[in-house]
Amino acid sequence: MHTLSLAFHSAWKVLLVATVLGAGVPALFAFGIRALALGNGTMTTGERPNPAGKVMAAVCFLAVVAAVALGLLIIISSGFGMKVSFEHVLPTLVEKK
Amino acid sequence: MDLSLILLVLVIITALAFDFTNGFHDTGNAMATSIATGALKPKVAVALSGVLNLVGAFLSVEVALTVTNAVIKIQAKDGSPKPEFLADHGQALLLIVLAGLVGGIVWNLLTWLLGIPSSSSHALFGGLIGSAIAAIGFSGVKWVGDGSKLDGVVGKVIIPAFLSPVIAALVAAVGTKLIYAITKKVSHAESERGFRWGQICSASLVSLAHGTNDAQKTMGVITLALIGYGSWTDTGAVPLWVKFSCALAIAAGTYLGGWRIIRTLGKGLVEIESPQGMAAESSSSAVILVSSHLGFALSTTHVATGSILGTGIGKKGAEVRWSVAARMVAAWFITLPAAALVGAVMWYLGDVIGGGIGGIVIFAILCALSAFMYLRSRKTPVDHNNVNDDWDPQDVAATHIPGVIESDQPHGARKVNA
Repeated sequence: MHTLSLAFHSAWKVLLVATVLGAGVPALFAFGIRALALGNGTMTTGERPNPAGKVMAAVCFLAVVAAVALGLLIIISSGFGMKVSFEHVLPTLVEKK
Repeated sequence: MDLSLILLVLVIITALAFDFTNGFHDTGNAMATSIATGALKPKVAVALSGVLNLVGAFLSVEVALTVTNAVIKIQAKDGSPKPEFLADHGQALLLIVLAGLVGGIVWNLLTWLLGIPSSSSHALFGGLIGSAIAAIGFSGVKWVGDGSKLDGVVGKVIIPAFLSPVIAALVAAVGTKLIYAITKKVSHAESERGFRWGQICSASLVSLAHGTNDAQKTMGVITLALIGYGSWTDTGAVPLWVKFSCALAIAAGTYLGGWRIIRTLGKGLVEIESPQGMAAESSSSAVILVSSHLGFALSTTHVATGSILGTGIGKKGAEVRWSVAARMVAAWFITLPAAALVGAVMWYLGDVIGGGIGGIVIFAILCALSAFMYLRSRKTPVDHNNVNDDWDPQDVAATHIPGVIESDQPHGARKVNA
């Protein structure tokens, strides 16, 4: 029983964080695509090209790139026996326990 | 040549063979969606995934030698084999590991033949559990941990197998819903084009993570065997040649591409578009990374399958083939016991015959079974040419008429079944 509660405890955390990253990042990417369409004036609603769209798209895609870089950092650091810690909000590398 | 050395060599060959099956069994986890949506050409996708697995395997600088500790009790905490298995150059240990590996490979090949994406790590663990039960008894298996963290067969294998596909499906469903809501006013062609990039990037992350996780397991197993035999003593490092050969084995396996499994994942479960592909792969990579970060063990296969299902659930009007999903889940249930059964039978056989000869016999059985399954697979070949064919039965039947295949199949590979 104890094992079960331990499992649900971690599963819950995984679900929460993974939803933020795993659904949030593609959503951000989707916003980027939409903003790009707005910038190019290719929306199906037929709006005129809006330069602000391109700027917004760039911001979205940059944020996505940052998220991907974080993912890479986690993968690579674990290979070196390190862990990315979020204790100080900004990700820092610490020794794996 | 003494008998233990024969056993050691067999263990190494078998472990590399397992690593190879691990590669092609799991190519689809990362690349099935990109292949299905046409974001990547099938050959390009498997090449990319193979390279990333290779890179990932080499990135594993710190390899834990305690792989088997999750489920059975043949190693001490620091990774060194327990002394009671070390008589005669660790013959007892080598036979347990060999029988376990054979169990894992046989199950991996069978599920590949049936086109079912089942977990390679569960197959490996299952085989090891079976051979450990046969060799030591039920007390040789670590069923649950000491209660301080999730451990043992229940905590590291069974519970995650239930939870991880559900988590991945939820994340992917939410992601899919969000994506389609946000891009409602973007033209279909434009969003398809854009999301292809997102899909390729997210799939690449999954491949890389796979390389770092899975190649390590075989590195750990081979090093354990070397320590058991007595030709390696450092429990803090892996011999360089082991790292190289494991990295190459998993990358080569991945490049070979388990087309049967890719087909099931990409075409069988749901018909997917690029936005769904990106939602699925993002969900997979997020779930894999977050859980490994939080120390929650899981199988890449279960996560990838859950994500693809979830993306079908999340899109309005998408068709999910629940019958295919049900077949997969059924296979997951029996992966562990089935591989365990093979592992146990192999151990008994090896033990009755004894020593190196026993090892040679079970290795020969493995070769025979593998050859048999390979030949069976040639009767209904699936490769990069027909991986994306329509799933519906009438179309599948049509593609299986040899004459039709030969006409658009210049390589002649299919002549076997003509």
